[in-house]
Amino acid sequence: MPTAVAEDDALWAAVADPTRRRVLDALLEHGEATTTTLAEGLPVTRQAVAKHLVVLDRVGLVAGRRSGREVRYAIRPERLDDASEAMARVAAQWDRRLARIKRLAESVQAKADSEHPTRRTQ
Amino acid sequence: MPATTVEREILIEAAPEVVWSVITEPEQISQWFSDDADIEGRPGADGSLTWKPGGRGGEKDVDLVVPIRVVDAEPFRRFSFRWNHPDGASPDESNSALVEFSLIEEAGGTRLKVVESGIDLVTDGETSRARYIEEHGHGWGKHFGELRDYVASKPGGATH
Repeated sequence: MPTAVAEDDALWAAVADPTRRRVLDALLEHGEATTTTLAEGLPVTRQAVAKHLVVLDRVGLVAGRRSGREVRYAIRPERLDDASEAMARVAAQWDRRLARIKRLAESVQAKADSEHPTRRTQ
Repeated sequence: MPATTVEREILIEAAPEVVWSVITEPEQISQWFSDDADIEGRPGADGSLTWKPGGRGGEKDVDLVVPIRVVDAEPFRRFSFRWNHPDGASPDESNSALVEFSLIEEAGGTRLKVVESGIDLVTDGETSRARYIEEHGHGWGKHFGELRDYVASKPGGATH
C-alpha cells in the first residue's frame, strides 16, 4: 500500500522540523490561533510561521478557519493521533525484536547449560 | 506532540555474555533484525542491514539496504548504533536515529533495555518503507515460523 507509506513519509517530514513542533505545541496550548498570535510567541517571523502552517495543513495536522480578515488555525487531533500511532508502531517493532532476542539468547543459554551444567552461577 | 524516543525492555533468562553475542554478532543479528547483517560489534564500524525479497521484507523486487554505524560497544554492558542515515553520509544526530542497548545482570538473567531516539528526524522514504514493510510484510506469523525453525535447527537447541 504505497499510499500509506507516502502519507507516513509526509507526516514524519512535517513533524521533523523543530519550529513546526513548536507551532504545534503553541496550537495545543492556545486551542486556536492566528499566524500573528503564533509568531508573537515564537522566535521566527510571521512569514515563517505562515509557511510552516502551510506544511502542517498539507499533511492534515492543522486546519485553518476563516474568521473575518483572519485565518484561525487549530490542531486536528485525529491526525496527531496518527503521529502518535506511528511512534507506537516503532515501539511495537522493538517489542517484537526484543522477543526474538530473548528466544535466541535463551536457546543459546539452554544449550550451554546442558553442555556445561556446572558453569552457570546464579 | 508525539514522543521522539521509544524505550522498551525485556528480562531474558540468559547471561549478559549470551545476550551480548545475540545483539552484536552478524549471524545472530540476521535472526532477529534484518535478513542479512554486515556489521562488526566495535565502535565506528560501518555496515548495513539488508531486507531481501521474500525474506522478512516481504514482496519486493530489490534488496532494501539500510546503513548502520556502531557508536559504542562496551562488551556485555552497552551497545549502540546509528541507522537510517542517507547512504554514504556520516551519521549524526541530524540525519539518523540512535539505538542504544543496555544489559543489566539480574538474578535469573539479563535485563535488556533498548532506547531509540531521533526517530522523527528520519524522514527519507526508505526508512518509512522499512518500518512499514517490517510491520506489514508477511506478518509476525512468518517471523515466528523462521525463529522456530532456527531454534529447532540448533544442535541441542531448546524449543520451549
